[in-house]
This record gives sequence, C-alpha cells and structure tokens, in this order.
Amino acid sequence: MSTLARKQGVGAVIWDYLTTVDHKKIAILYLIAGGFFFLLGGLEAMIIRIQLAVPNNDFISAGFYNEVLTMHGTTMIFLAAMPLVFAMMNAVVPIQIGARDVAFPFLNSLGFWLFFFGGVFLNLSWFLGGAPDAGWTSYASLSLASPTHGIDFYVLGLQISGLGTLIGGINFLVTIINMRAPGMTYMRMPMFTWATFVTSALILFAFPPLTVALIFMMMDRLFGGNFFDPALGGNTIIWEHLFWIFGHPEVYILVLPAFGIFSEIFATFSRKRLFGYSSMVFATVLIGFLGFMVWAHHMFTVGLGPIANAIFAVATMAIAVPTGIKIFNWLLTMWGGSIRFTTPMMYAVAFIPSFVIGGVTGVMNAAAAADYQYHDSYFVVAHFHYVIVGGVVFALLAGAHYWWPKMFGKMLDEKLGKVTFWLFFIGFHLTFFIQHFLGLMGMPRRVFTFLPGQGLETGNLISTIGAFFMAAGTIVLLANVVITTVKGKRVGNDPWEDGRTLEWAVSSPAPEYNFAQTPLVRGLDAYWIEKMEGKKGLTPAEPLGDIHMPNPTILPFVMSLGLFISALGFLFHNDYGWGLPVGIIGLLITLVAMFFRSIIDDHGFHIPKEEVMEAEKKGAGA
Amino acid sequence: MHVEEKLTPETFPAEPEKATLEGKNKFLGFWFFLGGETVLFASLFATYLALKDSVAGGPSGKELFQMPIVFLATMLLLTSSLTSVYAMHHMRNFDFKKMQLWLGITVLLGAAFLALEIYEFTEYVHEGFKFSTSAFSSAFYTLVGTHGVHVAFGLLWILTLMIRNAKRGLNLYNAPKFYVASLYWHFIDVVWVFIFTVVYLMGMVG
Repeated sequence: MSTLARKQGVGAVIWDYLTTVDHKKIAILYLIAGGFFFLLGGLEAMIIRIQLAVPNNDFISAGFYNEVLTMHGTTMIFLAAMPLVFAMMNAVVPIQIGARDVAFPFLNSLGFWLFFFGGVFLNLSWFLGGAPDAGWTSYASLSLASPTHGIDFYVLGLQISGLGTLIGGINFLVTIINMRAPGMTYMRMPMFTWATFVTSALILFAFPPLTVALIFMMMDRLFGGNFFDPALGGNTIIWEHLFWIFGHPEVYILVLPAFGIFSEIFATFSRKRLFGYSSMVFATVLIGFLGFMVWAHHMFTVGLGPIANAIFAVATMAIAVPTGIKIFNWLLTMWGGSIRFTTPMMYAVAFIPSFVIGGVTGVMNAAAAADYQYHDSYFVVAHFHYVIVGGVVFALLAGAHYWWPKMFGKMLDEKLGKVTFWLFFIGFHLTFFIQHFLGLMGMPRRVFTFLPGQGLETGNLISTIGAFFMAAGTIVLLANVVITTVKGKRVGNDPWEDGRTLEWAVSSPAPEYNFAQTPLVRGLDAYWIEKMEGKKGLTPAEPLGDIHMPNPTILPFVMSLGLFISALGFLFHNDYGWGLPVGIIGLLITLVAMFFRSIIDDHGFHIPKEEVMEAEKKGAGA
Repeated sequence: MHVEEKLTPETFPAEPEKATLEGKNKFLGFWFFLGGETVLFASLFATYLALKDSVAGGPSGKELFQMPIVFLATMLLLTSSLTSVYAMHHMRNFDFKKMQLWLGITVLLGAAFLALEIYEFTEYVHEGFKFSTSAFSSAFYTLVGTHGVHVAFGLLWILTLMIRNAKRGLNLYNAPKFYVASLYWHFIDVVWVFIFTVVYLMGMVG
C-alpha cells in the first residue's frame, strides 16, 4: 500500500493529488490554488489602477469597474490570503508539533476541496452573466438591488468555501490539542503553532455568523425572504452586523498567522531565541479575544449612537497594546542577534515599519469622531492595504521563501528573491502611501474615475506606477519558482542552517510519515536544543516500528463537487426548469458521499518498519 | 487499545468513545463543531429577536402559535434526549442490543417531532403565513427550519449508524461514532429548548 519512492505517470500524480489526505500535499494544493487566485486578484488590482491612472479615464466602464473592484477584494481575502495561510499551516504545523499528520486527514482534504470549488464557483460569475458588484462587503442595500446573478455567485461561492475554512479551523484546533509529541507542552509550542491555534479558534467562532448572513442573503435573493427588505419589515443593518462580526475577526485570522511566520523568521535569522516568548503568546491570545469586540468600528457612521461608538472605539484602540508588545518583542529579538539578511528576513524587517504605519492609521480610524472624515475615503483603502499587504502578504511571501525548501526540497534563488522583495516593497509604498493623502483630500473609495483639476492626478498616477512595481516583483517571483523547479539543487534537512523548530529536523521535503520515530521535545526550539548539544537528530520518544497512515480517498472531492453542482442549480432555479432538480441532485451527491464515508470502515494502513528504515537511510544519504 | 480488537463486557473500557486516539480526536473535534453551531444559532436567534415584530401586515406569533402542538413536540424531543442517554448508558455497558433498542426509540420520537413540525408549518402556510409574507415569517421559518433540518439530519445519521453496525455490534471503532451522534442529538434538544422559550413562549405572551 505504501507509495514511498515510486515513479508515477501524470495521470497517477493527478489522481494522487485528488485523493490525498497528506497534510504536506494538501499544503501544496492550497499553495497552487491560493497562488492562482492571488494572481487573478492581482490582475484585477492592475485593472483598477490602470483605470484610475488618469482623470476621466475610460479604460473600463463604471459597471465593469464595480465588478472588478468587488472581485479583487473578495478574491484576495477569501481565495488568496486565506488558502495561502492554510498552505503554510498545513505545510508546517503538524511537523512543528512532532505529529505524523493532522487529527482529521479526511477533513483536511474536504476543507481544501470545498474552498477550491467555492472559489471556482465564485469566478464562474465572469462567464455566466456578470460578477458580483456590491463591494467585498456586499452591503444588503446595494446587493439586493444588483440586477445580475453576480451576488448569488458571491453568496453561494463563499458559503461553500467558508464551510471548508470552518472545517480546517476545527481540524487544526484538535490537531494542536491532541497530536503534540511527548514533551511538547503548550508553552513550548513554536509561535507559528500558537498563532495557528488562536487563529483556528477565531475561525470557529467567526465563520458561523458569515454562514448565517449568507443564508439570509440567499433567502432574500433566491427564495423570497425578507430579511433585508425594509418594505416588508426587514433591516439591512442586520447584514452589516453579521458581516462585520465575521469580518473583523477575519482580519486577525489573516494577520495572526502572519505574526507567527515573522516570529519564526526573526528568531531564526537573528540566531536568538524569540524575545519575550510568553508575552508573545499572551499578546496573541489577547488580540484574538479583543478581535471579537470591535466589529462596530466598521459601522461608526451607521448611527448606532455615541455610547456604542465610544465603547467600540476604546476596545479598538486597546488592541494596539498587545500589538505593540509584539512589535517590541520582534525588535528586541533582533537586538544583539547575529542577523542574516536572507530574503525572508528582509520581508520581516520591512514588515515592522510598514505594519506600524497601518497600525497608527488604524488607531486614527478608531477615533469615532474623526472617522466620519476618513470613512469611505481612500484613507481607509490605504489603511487596510498597509495592514493586509504590509502584514499578511509580506508574511506570505516571507513564509513561502522560508519554507519553500521544506515543501519542495529546493531553495528559491536568493538573488531573485531579493529582487522580488525590493520591487514589491518599493511598489507597495508607492501605491498605498500616497492614498492616505488622496483620502484626506477627499477622494472617495470605490469610485470608477475622478475629475481633473481637483489635485488628485499626481497621487493617482504615482499609485498606479507603484502597482506596476508590485506586478514586476510578482513576475520575478514566478520566474524564480520556475527556475528553481527546473534547475534547483536538492537540499538537506536544515537548508537555512539556523533552523530552530522541529520541521528542520526532518528531510526536505518531509517523508510522508514525517517522523520515523516520534520525537521527545525537551524545550522551546526543540531542534536548536539538540543541535547545541552536538546531536545530529532528535531524541526519539518511541522505538522504530510500523507506522499507521490514513487511506487516500476521492470522497472529499465528490462531496465538494456535489455542493458545487447544487449551488449552480439553485442559483438558476428561478430562470430555468432544470435549476431545482440539478440543485437537489447536487445535494444528493454530497449526502450519498457522506453516507459512504459513514458506512465504509477506514482503518488506514501501516508502513512496515523495514520500509521506514530503508527510506530513512536514503533520506540521510541525499 | 486497538480499534478492531474483539471486546467483552469485561474488557470494554469505561469511556469507549475516548479509548483510541481517533476517538479522542472525534470527541474533541465534535465539541468544537458544536461550539461553532452554537454561534450559528445565536446569530439566527439574534436576527429573529430583531425581526419578530416586523409582521408587515401578516399574521403575528400571537395569532399563530398554538400551545398544545408545540408543547407536545417539546415533550417528544425532550424525551428523545433522555432515551439517547439510556442508549449511551448501555453502550458503555457493552450491551449492544439495548443500545439499539433505545436508539430506535430515540429515532421514533425524533421522527414524531419532525412530523408535528411539518404539520405545524403546513397549517401556518394555509393560514397565509408563508416564508415570503414578512421579515418575521422569513426569520421564523429560517430559525425553526434550520433546527428542523438538523433534526432530519440527526435522524438519518443515527439510523445509518444503527443499520451499518446492526450485525457486528460494538467496537472501539464505532463507539465514538455513536457517542458523537448522541452529543449532536442533545445539542438539537438544547437548541429546541431555546426555540420553545424565545419563539413560542415569548411569542404567545407578547
């Protein structure tokens, strides 16, 4: 049954990835799919910037601009940033805690395929009558009035992919609680694992409100519901509350893993233990907790009243405290360290001032009275791009370079990596810094063009030039990936030479069972401790033996495909006769797949001890 | 302990649902899932409370709700929660037949509840209270209907488990499955207690 070291044809490789339940392969799937959507979202961003390069531009029409703008935001948040975060988590977290796999390998695969089909469904809208055009927040007053099926694609696509995210969150919670190696206590977990843990808890509690909001919107648009229709007693503010009860924690769902990635990188390339580890853990948990009490700061201008605004303003500003703790801890990790400026470290160092700018404008926005000025202006656009690009995208790029050798066994080229970094870093600040001032000068967000003679020309032109820098950086990164894949040399366990955590103790890429023997963890930075004592490997916690592995399965793919078909049917059920039956057939496909999952026993299989020993010998020789 | 081990009442562990790593994972993961479900229903309840007086000229809760049928439904579902506890008691004692019997009773009670709910909904529709009548009607049907869908799914799930394992009896592979299904059933019951209070009792008073 073992698939170790076997040459495969193309068809077999595709089948392998369709059915895999191995967290490392699922990480690659997330990386490819998330990377694809990142390029798509980037392309949409370029269209936006070209349209806004000069006043009165007619590169695209106003209606198409709304679609591109909506899809840029939605794609970047749900289909690029989230899955790329999940790619990092899947690639690293199980190995960091000394586990052979996640708690629910089947659900891991299901989570990916749900996200994938949800994303494809959302993008089908381009070809089937028009994309959603009510902004990524899709406020009900706008989206109920949208004439095309775009919003329906948004609602059903996000529902499917959101389900996948929720499943992924539960999986990582249980994995981190139940699957840690002996000695891996909570306070010895690497920061990235801690960040994943807190993020997963946020996912668990933040996604259900989105699910409910999307159900309401689906009912209103497709099945005659009246949740948001004031004429029949509905209330559009309900959407705003539910959306932001999800939407604000979502920001932390994205940025906490980014903090985790940078914490690993700072410690590794400063060749020092992370400064203030326990305060970092505390700050992460506190940010996660506070993240749920600030959603109404997105709604200061709705008219909730001065008391509500004041409470949410103060809660929002309070988040600056744990975030500040983190910033100082990173600075003090570098202080006195023997720093190496590798590509990941460049992103990490650049992240600090970039993210602090985003944090400062965040506190400015949090002042409710002042927010009436900033609201719906380019100031807000600048703010959230500083935190999402300066925080999350920098972290994802840093993490991709940092863990690339662990995922693929080859180092990305450092020279090209630095070219990417400089292009992206300069482009990012060129694009977004000026937007603060455009906003303060009165340029509203989400407009498809502006007039000449209002002082907005230079700023917008600079912003567009910056976007081209970022696009160039991305192209260099793609070239780097291709060159590395074709020409790169195989690397050993610890290609950065300063790895501290368990993932650097196993071969690159890790064998499918991760650890031949479950390691005994003797402290924080478990691998570093062993290296400092002059040992080559980890201290094993068990004798060599047969290794239990989960079976591959196609069922997650089928379940997700069922929901995809079902969504397509229900979306068109008011227009075509085939809609309703197709919708029901799709649901039945999913239910039948679930039924088979329930009745077929799945005990997994064992890799015999001899095969493990042979693979380990080969791995050590490479 | 190994999953496929043949067990006797003497060797069967005290907490069979958590005797294997897979069982432990399922147990914990399912509790987390119920945590997410709680937030889901909390959002539905909050919306219902916000919209319950928005009848838009249609019937209100006070005019619609009938105590006898709702009370009967509540009693059926509460009793089914009790019978599922009996089933789990017998599971821990490795008494497969009695477990199946009590699960069977649970399913019957659940099905009766569901039948009453369907009857209730059709009555409302006959009285002109459709899903699209008002914001209140949409919120009512979505909240109570989501619960009803959970009941239906729970029935299918427990039935599948009963039939699948009818011949081979209990082992450490299926014990966690039975256990989390019963957890799910309790959760459905707890949600109904809130629906009974917030939707029906509060609806009939005010």
